[in-house]
Amino acid sequence: MSEQKLFSFRNPWFGASVGVSGAIAVLAALAGLIWLPMVQPDLKISGIWDAICSAAGVPRTVPRSGGAQQPDFKTSNVVMTSQMLTHPDQVSIGRGATLAQRCAICHGPQGVSDANSPNLAGQYAAVTYKELNDFKAGARVNAVMSPFAANMGNRDMLDLAAYYSFLPRVPSSHLNDNAPAPQIVITGAPMRNIAPCGACHGDIDIKAGSPWLGGQSAVYIKAQLKAFASGGRRNDISQQMRNIARQMTAEEIDAVALYYEAQP
Amino acid sequence: MLINKRLILAHFWLAFVVFGLALILGAWQMFVRSPLNAWHFNPELYYRSVTAHGSAMGYVFPTLIAMGFGYAITESALEKPLIGTRWAWAGFALVAVGAVVAMIPVSIGLASVLYTFYPPMVGNPFYYIGVVMVVVGSWIWVALMSINLSIWKRENPERPVPLAMFANVAGSYLWGWTAVGAALEIIFLILPVALGLKSTIDAGLARVFFSWTLHAIVYFWLIPTYIAYYTIFPRAIGGRLYSDAMARISFILFVVVAMPIGMHHLFADPQVGAGFKFMHSVFTGLVALPTLLTVFTICASAEIASRLRGGSGAFGWVRALPWQNPIMLATALSLVMLGFGGAGGLINMSYQLDASIHNTQWITGHFHLIFGGAIVIMYFAIAYDLWPHLTGRALENFGLMRAQLWLWFIGMIVTTFPWHYVGILGMPRRMAFYDYANPAISPQAFSVAISTVGGLILLISGVLFFVVLIRGQMAHRSEAGAYRFSVPVHMPERIPVALNSFGLWLALMVGLTVVNYGYPIGQLLVLKETNVPAVYVGASR
Ligand code: HEC
Ligand code: HEC
Ligand SMILES: [Cu+2]
Repeated sequence: MSEQKLFSFRNPWFGASVGVSGAIAVLAALAGLIWLPMVQPDLKISGIWDAICSAAGVPRTVPRSGGAQQPDFKTSNVVMTSQMLTHPDQVSIGRGATLAQRCAICHGPQGVSDANSPNLAGQYAAVTYKELNDFKAGARVNAVMSPFAANMGNRDMLDLAAYYSFLPRVPSSHLNDNAPAPQIVITGAPMRNIAPCGACHGDIDIKAGSPWLGGQSAVYIKAQLKAFASGGRRNDISQQMRNIARQMTAEEIDAVALYYEAQP
Repeated sequence: MLINKRLILAHFWLAFVVFGLALILGAWQMFVRSPLNAWHFNPELYYRSVTAHGSAMGYVFPTLIAMGFGYAITESALEKPLIGTRWAWAGFALVAVGAVVAMIPVSIGLASVLYTFYPPMVGNPFYYIGVVMVVVGSWIWVALMSINLSIWKRENPERPVPLAMFANVAGSYLWGWTAVGAALEIIFLILPVALGLKSTIDAGLARVFFSWTLHAIVYFWLIPTYIAYYTIFPRAIGGRLYSDAMARISFILFVVVAMPIGMHHLFADPQVGAGFKFMHSVFTGLVALPTLLTVFTICASAEIASRLRGGSGAFGWVRALPWQNPIMLATALSLVMLGFGGAGGLINMSYQLDASIHNTQWITGHFHLIFGGAIVIMYFAIAYDLWPHLTGRALENFGLMRAQLWLWFIGMIVTTFPWHYVGILGMPRRMAFYDYANPAISPQAFSVAISTVGGLILLISGVLFFVVLIRGQMAHRSEAGAYRFSVPVHMPERIPVALNSFGLWLALMVGLTVVNYGYPIGQLLVLKETNVPAVYVGASR
């Protein structure tokens, strides 16, 4: 057994196995990388090399016919990650506290307001930061709020975000821990492509950039969902909320608004 | 000659305990997502359970079986004690500890990423570290198999390597190489993100690496089953193996073509070019070959056994087979499930047909039929065959064993056939909740309910399996004699060096990997735009 050489073309096993594997690989490559792309009617292929590049998955610049279509509204330019702003420092919180005095008339001195402006106390820093950015950039528009963000620098936004996330959440006057969660919060509505609210907004999981909704006024929640549905608010990245809100019924919107208002 | 019986028994027992726990989870999952259950639980629990079930059934259970069976084969086929027992125990400990380390974060909800990892989802680092420990433990086994074989070959230069050992080492090399894909994915892509060193991940590249592992891991699970077909089945039914060379060629084909074909799992992925998907599809077609060879050889071996027992006629010999023998029954049921599963597999591997069942419940049905059905039923058979030799006590209740095997078969068919069907209707997989009241989904409710019954039958079969083994541990002592493997019709005196060694085949395996995976991986490594933000699972709550 040992006298026979394994890696030698005199060994028929070697020749046959390498030959057959090689032949299959070459034929498969010819078919997959050249022939098939050439016969695809929809692929505009200019030659063999182009065919190979296309089939190998080399990124190709899409031929622009008349340039890419630009939306007639602004979209958010914030990139969200889950670690974003999770380690605030004391100096930043302190500066934020000073800056926040301007906001107190509407958002309350403790970040909690009864005027149906959103509560900011205990909100994730990344969320507050993103919303301020979006107001400033014009991706989210509100006649009352936008002017306050218009001249804010990046540092100010970071500090305000740090400060508000540092403030404790205050349970709303409608607190009711035992309120049963609506179906849409715990199971979503798969047939309408609605993931459970709780899968992003807490209870089940918390996904980057999803605001804490507990204790937020029902009026505000309703207004935001309606704005998402109508396209009045479009700063949500990849239409995460617009796709959901458009599919929600009026009853569901009422139910979630009351439910989240009653949560801590 | 089995010397290290405790080592082998430890592997089998741990494997089956893990299997039993994961089986309970599986049955629970089937129930909670079926129309039989009114929805009232946290879907997160479902994903935890699926992650635990998949990791246990995919990484821990078959790996331990392959390892334990591998040690048994080494000692009995080479007729000498295993070399490196301490290392073997170390490998066992790594697998056991790794399994626990991985399961803790899963059970507290910090790593509900499913056993296929699915980046950009990223869970607790200990989950991945545990999985790596399991893999490293099994690599010790790979090394031991290789070392034991080469020492034996040096001592017996004139004898062909016994078939069982040849196949066993083939399986270990296949695993050694195919596990590299997932290991690269975890160590270089996922762990840095899980440990917080990075916040973005190249999800596309990670999936390509996983596909490197994903197809051949099934063949690694399958190899003990094939070894049982070739080297236990003919002997157990009183016959001979039809062809020793054919068996070797089958295992060699697995080594060469089982791995560089994994991109058939990425047909719907945008990060790989269509040309490479086609090439992988072609090579996937080739991997049907060793299975067809096997079905032929095993049926021929059965016919030989039957004719030796007086069976006659073109098909009459089938009736003369020793059906009351559990190994006979298990092998036949396994081949039936392999046939159905394989037919489904041909659909999955076809670029166009795959589109209609991609990510549906069909896929879940497919791999349960192949792995849970065809493969695991032979793990039972292996245990039944080996147990008396390991414990020194007889397994006598053939009736109970047959009942267990039949229930497993029926349960698996009742589970997976409806799954295939609802998959064609479009039922997505990996979902905790289906609104069966919805008119678009309600036609699937009946089939899903039926499959839940299948899950229950599987659970009962699992319980019976433990009853058999535990009663075996308590039976009266009896000497089972030396553990032997089937003898071929023509005992090979001299065989070509190619059929007695692995160098050429390993070279082809690596070569084809480079051809089929080299460019796609290289391109993704170079392109920087392919990174996306990681999605941390269970991060803050
Ligand atoms: C005159 C009242 C007013 C003042 C002053 C004001 N805000 Fe607002 N703010 C609002 C209203 C109203 C909204 C809700 C806008 C909407 O409906 O889209 C809002 C929204 C926000 C949001 C988005 C909250 C969310 O959950 O999406 C943030 C963040 C915010 N304000 C921060 C600030 C900060 C920081 C200041 C101080 C620099 C400030 N606001 C000052 C009225 C005000
Ligand atoms: C896929 C994750 C996801 C799901 C599921 C989801 N949301 Fe959201 N939601 C978000 C994100 C992200 C934002 C922030 C959008 C932005 O960038 O301004 C948001 C914003 C909101 C807001 C505005 C809050 C504010 O203070 O500005 C409301 C209200 C809301 N979601 C309600 C819901 C409800 C009700 C559901 C369930 C029907 C739901 N969401 C499901 C991700 C999600
Ligand atoms: Cu596969």
